[in-house]
Amino acid sequence: MSQSRAAGLSLASMWVGFIAFAAAALLGLYQVIERIDLIPGLKSPALYFGSVSTHGVLMGFVLTTFLVMGYGYYTATTSLRQELWNKPLAWFGFWLCVIGVLLAAGPLLTGNASVLYTFYPPLKAHPAFYIGATLLVVGSWVWCLEMVMMMTTWKKAHPGETVPLAMYGTTANAILWFITSLGVASEVLFQLIPWSLGLIETVDVGLARTLFSWTLHAIVYFWLFPAYIALYTLLPRAAGGRLFSDHMGRVAFIMLLVFSVPIGFHHLYMDPFQAAGWKFLHMTGTFMVAVPTLITGFTIIASLEIAGRLRGGKGWFGWIGTLPWGNPMVTAAVLAMLMLTFGGFGGMINASYAMNAMIHNTQWVTGHFHLIFAGTTVIMYFAIAYYLWPKMTGRQLYSTGLALKQLWLWFIGMLILTLPWHQLGLAGQPRRISSTPYDESFVQAWLPAESAMIAGGGILFISALMLVYNLFRTHGNGQAETNPEVEYAEPVHAIVRMPRLMNSFGFWCLLVLVYMIASYGYPIAQFFLLDTHGTVPWSI
Amino acid sequence: MADPLKSICEDPLERKWVWISLALAVVMAGMLGYYAVASNIHPPSNVETIDSSRLHLTEEFAEDNLGVKTNDDGSLTVTLVAARYGFYPPRIEVPADTRVTFRIASADVLHGVHVPFTNMTTMIVPGYISEVTTLFPQTGEFSLLCNEYCGLGHDSMWSRLVVVAKSAGGEAS
Repeated sequence: MSQSRAAGLSLASMWVGFIAFAAAALLGLYQVIERIDLIPGLKSPALYFGSVSTHGVLMGFVLTTFLVMGYGYYTATTSLRQELWNKPLAWFGFWLCVIGVLLAAGPLLTGNASVLYTFYPPLKAHPAFYIGATLLVVGSWVWCLEMVMMMTTWKKAHPGETVPLAMYGTTANAILWFITSLGVASEVLFQLIPWSLGLIETVDVGLARTLFSWTLHAIVYFWLFPAYIALYTLLPRAAGGRLFSDHMGRVAFIMLLVFSVPIGFHHLYMDPFQAAGWKFLHMTGTFMVAVPTLITGFTIIASLEIAGRLRGGKGWFGWIGTLPWGNPMVTAAVLAMLMLTFGGFGGMINASYAMNAMIHNTQWVTGHFHLIFAGTTVIMYFAIAYYLWPKMTGRQLYSTGLALKQLWLWFIGMLILTLPWHQLGLAGQPRRISSTPYDESFVQAWLPAESAMIAGGGILFISALMLVYNLFRTHGNGQAETNPEVEYAEPVHAIVRMPRLMNSFGFWCLLVLVYMIASYGYPIAQFFLLDTHGTVPWSI
Repeated sequence: MADPLKSICEDPLERKWVWISLALAVVMAGMLGYYAVASNIHPPSNVETIDSSRLHLTEEFAEDNLGVKTNDDGSLTVTLVAARYGFYPPRIEVPADTRVTFRIASADVLHGVHVPFTNMTTMIVPGYISEVTTLFPQTGEFSLLCNEYCGLGHDSMWSRLVVVAKSAGGEAS
């Protein structure tokens, strides 16, 4: 089996992701210190906003894309027991992504792309930044194609059989990412690149923001998908039990695919240029996309309960104590679900059409997405790495104890960082500021929460280093891994009959298309019907 | 009636949970929808274009016309320009418990405005006129903070909103 795996490509991909992650964690530490003017010598808006832009690009685009691709390649080859569809093409996609990152790094590190990872026209970055970001996305499309082809060829070779859940979820994510990245790709290709090169004089900022919103919500599900796939297909077995329901996993993946793209206007609630009715429509979809997460919560907790009871747990809560807490996958999963719960509460406020006004663009929002992304999602990335590194390298994990400490530190650090951020947001602090030259009454009230934020940032940075160190040392570990197989969880009820719709994507893609035309058709078309005025580029 | 979920979900407890999840989503969206319509609370969603590079040539956003104006029905309209790095005019005075409609245009890049502890907030996007209506129940000195990254001087972009007791009138100063 081992020769049919994509271990080299997966390892290379995930290493690029984690190196970007470590660099971004260092920037994060600098940012929490700079932000409150603790050390006057550090104060520099130019450095701060360059750092925030780089932190966002590295965490949001580089870590995620490379981890999703690496994990996807490994999942496809191991769950289907099939060679990569086209290995040279997959490597080509990888290198395209790497070149894109290197190209964007130039302007980012020299302060010529301090426009934040959300681009923000009419602030203009160096064209190399936009071109680099585009190459990264185009390279990831190669991965999308590989995943779809892997699933298609497998189904042809195995007529009547059910695609393994891990691969079904991975393919759902590939399709989701392709559809959702078309928004930002159109913004960059038709607006930002020609505009930054001077080929067109102005861009319509309303159109640019509408296109970006197309990408901006579903991208977080692209990031989250690997976490969910690991929860459904690796965790139950690692905990010593079974998956409560294979079917509900598919339902959750399908719902994420259908509902997460056409709801991007909750990022535009406070924007002019889109009428309230459209925002209302997107709001209803935003609540629907909570359903697959609620289903996932139920299925995963039920799966853990099965494992805990199999291990002798009794009573309502006794099964929690008997879970194998020494297993990084189990510990990470429980911590991830806790952070998802906290983050979910905050998310409900953000999603609320009217209540959102109280916290829009405050530090609350930063707290929310750090909990869900840097918390829930990224801690599961760690769990995936700890699980796969021994399989991919053939070496035992350097230290399981260190891994467990790292996961707990990440959880504690993230709570210390993000819960005070929610409070700062309610107390009026804007996000994306490099200092606080406001009324004394504000600045005084913010101080305790800001001090906590620095402590949280410090803990997180230490935790990040522990992760990278552990993975690095695993390569040189003298002890060989005895179990090189990826062990996918078995469902409680064996799959007897899989409805065709839950073993394919054709119908769901069609549904997304119809839903997208309904929710984005006129809102985009209006920019060509209205008498709009473009905006010239501005430097930062 | 047979449970329509039965074909995809074998466990009765899980089916119950799926129905609860769906009900939660529908009830929450329904509640927000009901309050939005019943109390007429909508996010600022004005669709109106303007040439941001020529604000000075428009009547509404010309320098002399900025500030607080009283409408015939007793409500107020506050016309503001957002430009790096301030809101103009930099000091606004309005009476409490009075309907205030802010009309704001950007002269350059993307901005946002938020008055902490109130729901007065909107994005300000070049090329478009933002409009947000609210009333301030409490008197006192408030800040209008720019809450969207607009350049290296972004932190310093804020101005003053004073809410005075209704009897005191409240004119632009």
